[in-house]
Amino acid sequence: MPPAKYKVTYIEDSGKAHTVEVAEGWSLMEGAVKHLIPGIDADCGGACACATCQVYVAPEWQAKLPPKSDMEETMLDFAPDVKPASRLSCQLRMGAELDGIVLHLPKTQHA
Amino acid sequence: MAESIVIIGAGQAGIQAVESLRKEGFTGAITMVGDEAYPPYQRPPLSKAYLLGSFERPRLFLKADAYYAEAGCELILNTSAKAIHRAERGVELSNGRTLAYDKLLLTTGARVRKLKCPGAELAGVHYLKTIADVDGLQAVFQSGKRIAIVGGGYIGLEVAAVGAKRGLDVTVFEAMDRLMARAVSPALSDFYAREHQKAGVKLKLNTGVEAFEGNGKVERVIAGGQAYEADIVLVGIGVIPCQELAEAAGLICTDGIMVDQNARTGDPHIWSAGDCTRHTGREGHEIRLECVQNAIDQAKHAALSMMDKHKTYSEVPWFWSDQYDLKLQIAGLARPSDRLVLRGDPAARKFAAFHLRDGAVAAVEAVNAAPEYMIGKKLVADGKKIAAETLADLSIPMKQMA
Ligand SMILES: Cc1cc2nc3c(=O)[nH]c(=O)nc-3n(C[C@H](O)[C@H](O)[C@H](O)COP(=O)(O)OP(=O)(O)OC[C@H]3O[C@@H](n4cnc5c(N)ncnc54)[C@H](O)[C@@H]3O)c2cc1C
Ligand code: FES
Repeated sequence: MPPAKYKVTYIEDSGKAHTVEVAEGWSLMEGAVKHLIPGIDADCGGACACATCQVYVAPEWQAKLPPKSDMEETMLDFAPDVKPASRLSCQLRMGAELDGIVLHLPKTQHA
Repeated sequence: MAESIVIIGAGQAGIQAVESLRKEGFTGAITMVGDEAYPPYQRPPLSKAYLLGSFERPRLFLKADAYYAEAGCELILNTSAKAIHRAERGVELSNGRTLAYDKLLLTTGARVRKLKCPGAELAGVHYLKTIADVDGLQAVFQSGKRIAIVGGGYIGLEVAAVGAKRGLDVTVFEAMDRLMARAVSPALSDFYAREHQKAGVKLKLNTGVEAFEGNGKVERVIAGGQAYEADIVLVGIGVIPCQELAEAAGLICTDGIMVDQNARTGDPHIWSAGDCTRHTGREGHEIRLECVQNAIDQAKHAALSMMDKHKTYSEVPWFWSDQYDLKLQIAGLARPSDRLVLRGDPAARKFAAFHLRDGAVAAVEAVNAAPEYMIGKKLVADGKKIAAETLADLSIPMKQMA
């Protein structure tokens, strides 16, 4: 059985929105890469080693996410334009509870 | 007319170059040729989550299939480049086609070093580099099987960890007196040796493999004069840069295609990046790096340079390895003469080893210690001097040292 898919909306810095389906278990970074959404570089391919997959999570979704690991927290210190809503999308896994999640993308992933 | 760029080798560095060229506004044609059956994919998961079975194949690919058309990159797979004709600026392919180029990028990577001992050709002797290799190994990688791993480097140890987790009977043979000797300091080697032993992995250090024996397929490993029964053998003893094409074309190669800090070879129309290259590193001596960081950063510099925007390659090398629930992250290049400063207690399975050179942090090895790794990497990049006592003091947060 193919994995379930859920909706994610990625909104570029320009305001352009992309609503796509991401398979359960995939990271939200992989979802963006799979659908050619510009604005997520993901240099390290999801190893939580590059901090170039930053997203800003829309307020109503923040509480639904698991807390940041030590690793993600520190990695974010090195990303440009970090806000309280910032997360590394490679550390967020798709699941039913995130169906419909809205993510805003930063202007650039490189400081 | 717009220029055309040809890229030989469809891997981590090759795809990064495509991405960077387009990002920098290159509008000419891009053609990428790869001899594997797959579009560019990440290799790190092959010996980690993918082998474990917790990471499906589609996730390995660095780009979606639709990316190539969108980026205007012609991808020619299952095809190898056979010769470079520098005077005519053409690349001859195994399918008979010749590609003309204005600029050529060689991202051919590295191939596994093969063991040459008696019995090395027996069925059941595996290597790990490609998706095809893992598929071959996966088919026999079953609980209860005895696997002999030759080489206690990253790849061998990652496979050992996955094997132990999946219920295989694992023995690692290492010719040196410690694990990962080429890559980490003795403190780390000892720590990892204990962790593997705790997981039931048998370690045979100072034990070179002399032969494999078996009837049609491998059944025994002969090492240190003793015979060990084995159902599967995995060899992980390093890689050799794929430089033959460049060498045959008269480009300078000495254990890697020689490039400068803009990823240029001696031919003004040819660049090279990734595992296949040797370059002068940020510390001023020649190095060959085999890691994702180098593939990405060097390819970015190659792309810039191909567009006449030169920026010196001086990024700090970084690397990671996953074994059990331990995340090892390394930044910088350590030397045996460095002063070692330990922060945290290895027994807590969360610690870091800083390497001080002339009072500055030259490298950091961190185990389950993200702040130490991240800040450490910044300290290496900045060449900042910092007291050993400060680094070792857990009551001082890493953040304060940046
Ligand atoms: C199992 C495994 C685990 C790893 N784990 C890590 C890790 O945890 N962290 C890390 O940083 N690095 C890791 N690495 C190393 C990392 O994958 C490499 O450094 C990286 O892939 C190098 O990229 P590259 O583009 O130079 O070479 P590759 O990605 O190997 O790509 C080169 C491609 O060129 C092709 N090619 C060669 N010659 C020709 C020709 N004549 N014509 C056409 N095509 C050709 C090759 O077949 C290959 O597909 C790992 C490697 C392996 C094998
Ligand atoms: S992809 Fe590198 S940190 Fe997320």
